[in-house]
Amino acid sequence: MSDLSLSDLGAFVSRDDSGSGRLELLVQGARCAGCMARIEKGVAALPGVTGSRFNLTTGKLSVTFARGAGEPALVMRSLEDLGYRASLFDPAAARAQEDREGKDLALALGVAAFGAGNAMMFTVPTWAGLFGQELSPATRELMYWLSALVATPCALFAGMTFFRSAWASLRRRQANMDVPISIGVLLTLAVSFSETLQHGAHAYFDAAVTLVFLLLIGRYLDHKLRLRARSAARDLLALQAPIAMRLDDAGREHGVPVGDVLVGDRLAVAPGDRIPVDALLETGVSDIDNAMITGESAPVAVAPGDLIHAGALNLGGRLILRATARSEDSTVAAIARLMEAGAQARGAYVRLADKAATLYVPIVHVLAVVTFLGGWWLGLGPREALLRAAAVLIVTCPCALGLAVPAVQVTATGRLFRKGVLVKSGAALERLSEVDHVVFDKTGVLTTGQPRLVTEIPALIAMAAPLARASRHPLARAVADRAGAGPVADSVVEVPGMGVEGVIDGRRARLGRAGFLGVEAAASSQTELWFGFDGDSRFRLTFEDSPRPEAQEAVAALRKLGLSVEILSGDLPGPVSDLAQAVGIDRWRAGLTPIEKASAIAALKAEGRKVLMIGDGLNDAAALSSAHASMAPGTAVDASQNAADLVFTGNDLTAAALSIRVARAAKSRALENFAFSALYNAVAAPAAILGLVNPLLAAVAMSGSSLIVTLNALRMALEGDNR
Amino acid sequence: MNIVLLLAPFSLALALTGLGAFWWTLKSGQYEDPKGDAARILYDHLEDGPGD
Repeated sequence: MSDLSLSDLGAFVSRDDSGSGRLELLVQGARCAGCMARIEKGVAALPGVTGSRFNLTTGKLSVTFARGAGEPALVMRSLEDLGYRASLFDPAAARAQEDREGKDLALALGVAAFGAGNAMMFTVPTWAGLFGQELSPATRELMYWLSALVATPCALFAGMTFFRSAWASLRRRQANMDVPISIGVLLTLAVSFSETLQHGAHAYFDAAVTLVFLLLIGRYLDHKLRLRARSAARDLLALQAPIAMRLDDAGREHGVPVGDVLVGDRLAVAPGDRIPVDALLETGVSDIDNAMITGESAPVAVAPGDLIHAGALNLGGRLILRATARSEDSTVAAIARLMEAGAQARGAYVRLADKAATLYVPIVHVLAVVTFLGGWWLGLGPREALLRAAAVLIVTCPCALGLAVPAVQVTATGRLFRKGVLVKSGAALERLSEVDHVVFDKTGVLTTGQPRLVTEIPALIAMAAPLARASRHPLARAVADRAGAGPVADSVVEVPGMGVEGVIDGRRARLGRAGFLGVEAAASSQTELWFGFDGDSRFRLTFEDSPRPEAQEAVAALRKLGLSVEILSGDLPGPVSDLAQAVGIDRWRAGLTPIEKASAIAALKAEGRKVLMIGDGLNDAAALSSAHASMAPGTAVDASQNAADLVFTGNDLTAAALSIRVARAAKSRALENFAFSALYNAVAAPAAILGLVNPLLAAVAMSGSSLIVTLNALRMALEGDNR
Repeated sequence: MNIVLLLAPFSLALALTGLGAFWWTLKSGQYEDPKGDAARILYDHLEDGPGD
């Protein structure tokens, strides 16, 4: 990112007709009011900037530029100077993030609230009349007409969401939850009008609009849940959204969205950046970290002519590449196709509320029809029979399905969100609660993904340290970390892909791969580095990928929940078996390709196991999407974060056990709510059939049952996190 | 009894005003950044209204 001032990032500025530009950035680490003030002030002072607005809630900065002006690199540089890391948003992605649906739902909710409150105001006096209080039929009718005047337009407008979805579902010859809701609301309004016209006492205008109001609350919560997860996931992607640096004929760098890179483009990749697309190396030598693609933890040396896959991390020098595939055709694509197949299988998962709905819809409808026909046949007359059928539809309100399940899931995901775990959907939470087997990836999940020095010779480490401190290579940094602060070698030259050379206390020394020091590499799977003074003997330093400090505890916690645990790794058997022993896992398999990983998951599935896959690399993406449920750390590649149901950003593996506990608790809360509403309907439906329900009872029963299931859902938030 | 004919429209008008106000807050993006808007009032050089 240090070369930004040289590059043109104009592709990220969206221009309107007048030519003024707009740039969207995601700023990391700005969480206080003071940060907001500093950022807006700092950016607004830049030349060409006409306005800057920072959204403290979402962490997004939007900058507007004057006509023709606009230097994104300058904005990013100024943010860097202020101490914040910023990443650019693709203009298309920024537009996609606008939440139109949420605004529409909020407005519908407002209208329904207005309708419910005011229809109630006119209905309450008529309830008094039900108990024989003084209320003349003329006044009652006036109240009903006023109530109709408010409730009808509000229920029709606010209920549009349900009507549209019900209509779409009916056209596919299916009946979802919205079908009984729509029929209930429309039939209630129609019956109430006919009652009022015939001077009857049983009008349910308030019930119709209250039903819409309560269900919209559930709908709104569900939407917020999906939106929060979606935008957070997209933010994570944006953090890694690689800008490819395209070189023009004059050798100038232009930042372009990776999707715009064409085959044959020349690209520059700075040290520390990821390779954007599959490409042939033209100039430069370096070490490449393929961990994201193959799962192998040791760096690989590359030289001109080598093919490098998208997603590999450039550890050494600046590389010039020629693209051999577009982003969507890169190695990622084969994995993406596997992912798609997995996601389709998972799309077939039937959510709890939908399962309940397939039982609920036919029963309630048959009951209403039987009430109408039976009542008429038994001599009630069509008017009274229809009234009772409508009462059945009103009191057997599907609130427990429409409101309680979203309320449980919002509460549960909110609790996990505070613990740094991001849940992508309610269905993900339901699947997670059913898991009985956990599969871990090794590198980056059970291990930190950072090499750790194994060699324990303080004198050797102290000797090599001055050279190690001068290098940015992860292996050198591991040596420097162990040695602590100290002197740095003079006249250091870093030879990309080989090592560093410099002068320590007047003697020339080298630190790097075996070839760089003129020795044979040791025949071992261990990652190594050699050190030696000119013309003196050479010493070998070995490294390993260290397990996460909390890995053992996390595995034990999963076992305690009654789950079996296994490792599937792409790395060599040696490191995998060492690690398995260190964290206490006895089942492991090594050397697997991404496709073998996915088929191992499929085999477990065929045995009837419900697998939770936890992985971070591109090599895990296919396995992640074919598993019953999946988690990825916040450090994982985009593809894996996309494929995973849950992303834990707290960098704490114990989040896995916590998430499963919360998911199980959420499921039992939801089942309790179903049990309650079944009990409630078992009492309310016969009462409605027998004609015992009046408008007051209907209103109280409906709101009361909704309130109870919601309160039960909120218990989720109160429960402690004791293990 | 006639008072109902006066009070009912009056209360409806009041409630409609509230609904209109809610619609306006929604339209003008006042729920986009609750945390930021709460803090903006503390800084003199920042506009203290919600964004566009």
